[in-house]
Amino acid sequence: MGQFGIGQPVRRKEDVRLLTGKGQYTDDVNFDGQTWAAFVRSPQAHAKILSIDTSAAKAAPGVVGVFTGTDMKADGVGTLITDVEFKDLAGKDMFRPKRDFMTIDRVRFVGEIVAVVLANTQAQAKAAAELVMVDYDGLPAVGSTAFAASPDSPVIWEEHGSNVGIHWENRPEAEIDVHMAKAKTRVTVDIVNNRVVPNPMEPRCAVSKWENGELTMYAPTQGGRRIQQGIAKIVMNLPADKVRIISPDVGGGFGIRGKLYPELGVVAWAARKIDRPVKWRGDRSETFVSDYHGRDQINHAELGLDANGRVVALKVRTIVNCGAYFAENGPRLPINGGGRIIPGVYDIENFYFSVRPVLSNTVPTDTYRGAGRPEANFLMERLMDAAADATGLARDEIRRRNVIKPEQFPYRTQMGMLIDSGDFIGNMDMAMKAADWAGFDARRAESAKRGKLRGIGLSNFVEPSGGRPTEEMRIAVSPEGKATVYAGTHSHGQGHETVWAQLLESFLGIPFENVTLVQGDTKIMPKEAAGTFGSRSSWMGGVGLQRSAKRIVEKGTKIAANLMQSEPEKVSFDAGVFRAGTSSVTLAEVAKASYEPKNLPDGMEPGLDESYFLKRDPEEFNYPNGTHVIEVEVDPDLGKIEMLNYIAVDDCGKVLNPFIVHGQVYGGVAQGIGQAMTEMTVYDDEGQLVTGSFMDYGMPRAEHLSMIDALFNEVPCKTNDLGVKGAGEAGACGAPGAFVSAVCDALKGYGIRHIDMPMTPDRVWATIQKAKAGKAA
Amino acid sequence: MENFGYHTPASVADAAKLLDANEDAKLMSGGMTLLPTLKQRLAAPSDLIDLAKIPDIKGVCRDGDELVIGAMTTHAEVHENALVRELIPGLASLAGQIGDPAVRHRGTIGGSCANADPAADYPAGTLGHGATFVTNKRKIAADDFFLGLFETALEPGEIIVGVRFPIPVWSHYQKLRHPASGYAVVGVLVAQTKSGVRVAVTGAGPSAFRATAMEEALAKDFSVKAIEGITVDADDLNNDIHASAAYRAHVVTVLAKRAVAAR
Repeated sequence: MGQFGIGQPVRRKEDVRLLTGKGQYTDDVNFDGQTWAAFVRSPQAHAKILSIDTSAAKAAPGVVGVFTGTDMKADGVGTLITDVEFKDLAGKDMFRPKRDFMTIDRVRFVGEIVAVVLANTQAQAKAAAELVMVDYDGLPAVGSTAFAASPDSPVIWEEHGSNVGIHWENRPEAEIDVHMAKAKTRVTVDIVNNRVVPNPMEPRCAVSKWENGELTMYAPTQGGRRIQQGIAKIVMNLPADKVRIISPDVGGGFGIRGKLYPELGVVAWAARKIDRPVKWRGDRSETFVSDYHGRDQINHAELGLDANGRVVALKVRTIVNCGAYFAENGPRLPINGGGRIIPGVYDIENFYFSVRPVLSNTVPTDTYRGAGRPEANFLMERLMDAAADATGLARDEIRRRNVIKPEQFPYRTQMGMLIDSGDFIGNMDMAMKAADWAGFDARRAESAKRGKLRGIGLSNFVEPSGGRPTEEMRIAVSPEGKATVYAGTHSHGQGHETVWAQLLESFLGIPFENVTLVQGDTKIMPKEAAGTFGSRSSWMGGVGLQRSAKRIVEKGTKIAANLMQSEPEKVSFDAGVFRAGTSSVTLAEVAKASYEPKNLPDGMEPGLDESYFLKRDPEEFNYPNGTHVIEVEVDPDLGKIEMLNYIAVDDCGKVLNPFIVHGQVYGGVAQGIGQAMTEMTVYDDEGQLVTGSFMDYGMPRAEHLSMIDALFNEVPCKTNDLGVKGAGEAGACGAPGAFVSAVCDALKGYGIRHIDMPMTPDRVWATIQKAKAGKAA
Repeated sequence: MENFGYHTPASVADAAKLLDANEDAKLMSGGMTLLPTLKQRLAAPSDLIDLAKIPDIKGVCRDGDELVIGAMTTHAEVHENALVRELIPGLASLAGQIGDPAVRHRGTIGGSCANADPAADYPAGTLGHGATFVTNKRKIAADDFFLGLFETALEPGEIIVGVRFPIPVWSHYQKLRHPASGYAVVGVLVAQTKSGVRVAVTGAGPSAFRATAMEEALAKDFSVKAIEGITVDADDLNNDIHASAAYRAHVVTVLAKRAVAAR
């Protein structure tokens, strides 16, 4: 394969543009005569709205309009509701609260939109927003996850009578109790999977205009088709083709940029309402109180093992804090997103799990890098460490005894998922060798001489990838032989400009530099475009392109046969050249000819432009997996952790571009380490977000990380033609488990088994003091 | 951000005049705290008096046994200045640990001390070295300067023009950085000066303070062992989501010991 083909570490095409300030983000877009929107947000976590007085704001300089939810409702605007529907074992439906784009008579979290001010400048809009007088009648608030689930908690949705949306169970618990009773060893863990604020580099932004009966809106998304449909149907009451969503360069997605947020609906609606373009640029404070948050679970789990250290039963109870409303995917994450893969890489036959999604006076939670799978893998790995501890087996040995073995593939999990391939023992061997696990004791002794406690930890993971089951990709070859990819996927950091060009060079022999990517515009993108999330693009986009390319070759073969006065059956294609006997024509020549009807077989449409609508079974996924090993040093006097070494062994199937996949691993690991080490989201008892800025909220920085050595254990996926598995979320799945395992290993001399994330110095030190006191007592 | 008048006086006297003339005016040095506050609409001064164009209040020079640092000298300049590195390396090191590179290239010693953030590094740096603040009106010893949470001895209309540091025999700063803000969760500066040992603490309390019990112990015996059992009273310390008062009290002793061990 050539320098730019599949598997080559090709440098990212888009980087020069993005790193030299030539990126075009939504905030770079301005429409003539635009107004600026500022949102009036609730300062209270839970209150009745007695009245909203907009008169002073309306009279303020430059103000064009002030609107509330009542105005939107009067225009027939509908409500947002979660996509998720579940039934409990008795057949009762999950509660699904409706969310107004601007709340009308009640606020349920700090940051909820109460009104919008439109003015000629942003400063005027913000100043006038302070003049909107809202009379709140405060209600007791629910800030914490555990409290939300407690019977003593105030109820946020009175019509439901409880904060628990559903008590979902995969099966009756008694069925698994039978097996658990037979266990020789039983271990339990209670862990908190801490809430994080995703914080893409680009804050949210939207600019809309209403012209000739059509709405055009720019906004960062992860593929605008679903947002287009939602805005058209719920907000504008228009056919979808009268709404155009354009996402130019986007500064990070992580799952949370793909959602139809209330702000988008308001900006769209307002442009028609005032018949002037409307722009809103959220600031970082708004990111904290209005972008969906991630994670936020409390898990109680029990693992039963036989005399050989083999798992005989697993029981998990999860409470997930979904915030004030169930967001698009909120309650799906701990159930279908992550919960059903909790057994992970392990062969576990008997599995019970129950989930209580709870409502609270906090920002709603939704998909964030891994979307339930990091939580699931973390829980399983904490259980494995506990099992190692209880059985006296080494941490790798207990895992080796329980992982799914190569001969078991394809492996059907007890939840019905079919894992096609993997080399879980191989992952561990490779990671432990690279980390020199065998030589760890000497390094620990060396650290001890310096008064430091050294620890090593490992984590296995597997995470179903693929996202929505359809995607459409199109390739258009110009008469000059250059190609444009019209993608249904959406690159917002993933490097598709580079990888799709590599694929086309490989499939069609079109030079890498002659491939252009067009994406992110609902008017131009393929009809069935889905977008990029859930580690899906290499599969759904890559295979979609492969099949489109095949159609290009098929059509090209017929044209080439004509040109060479041969028969299509006698024409072969390789590296951009069609051959028949001793004659040959290039794809570029065929492309040129394709636009001249005289060259075409009878009845053939001119042009060389093909697309493919790829559809898979919705229950079919691919299964990226791996083993991560971390070595840390703890300063016991300060409770401070230093990461010393990170080995990531990832099986993402066939690697299309190792340079880019390394980037995915590094980013995912940094987010995983952030969650484990620095990212602390705190709501107080009044439901105030205490960590609402970068002064308090610890994003991970280079200083918190060590070098990361990213290695591949390539086991090609058997369920797609490219052999690819996802890669985007692996790091976030592997890092937290390995990190906590390493720190607890360092602290094992104190008898410490677990510390909840984030493992801040204060928390680590306090745990050490408690352990010391316990020992002394 | 609200509109405001913007002034760039060429002298301290002009700045003082502007300050007197505008009741709701604010002085601005690096703006590292003030500008975010304005952007968040948490403050709306009528006028900003930017001290950046005043030539004679920036830079470093030696004056006898003292090192004089102009109020408008950035943290990066203090960190990199050859004279500071030679005469008070502990101070150069402290300046290099403030915030991040952007903050260090904008923020100034005068601005930081006038703001008196309880977790800023310079309050420990000035207090620990027994420095003196020179204003347009008088001299104020660091011991008398930091009065409380964001509270200093500066009077209305008073402008810091420089800080005079007696050149110590030796000094060293130890800091536990806040993972988000980069401020000191706790910072301890230990100095051996010609007038005795000084131990100054920032981050731990509502305002920088001296750990006098440690100073006395170290005066008798400058060793780690001498302060082993000495702790500051946790009751007087900050207790927040990032660090409990008990933890901060413990860390003060740990960092003080580490500073002494660096001697």
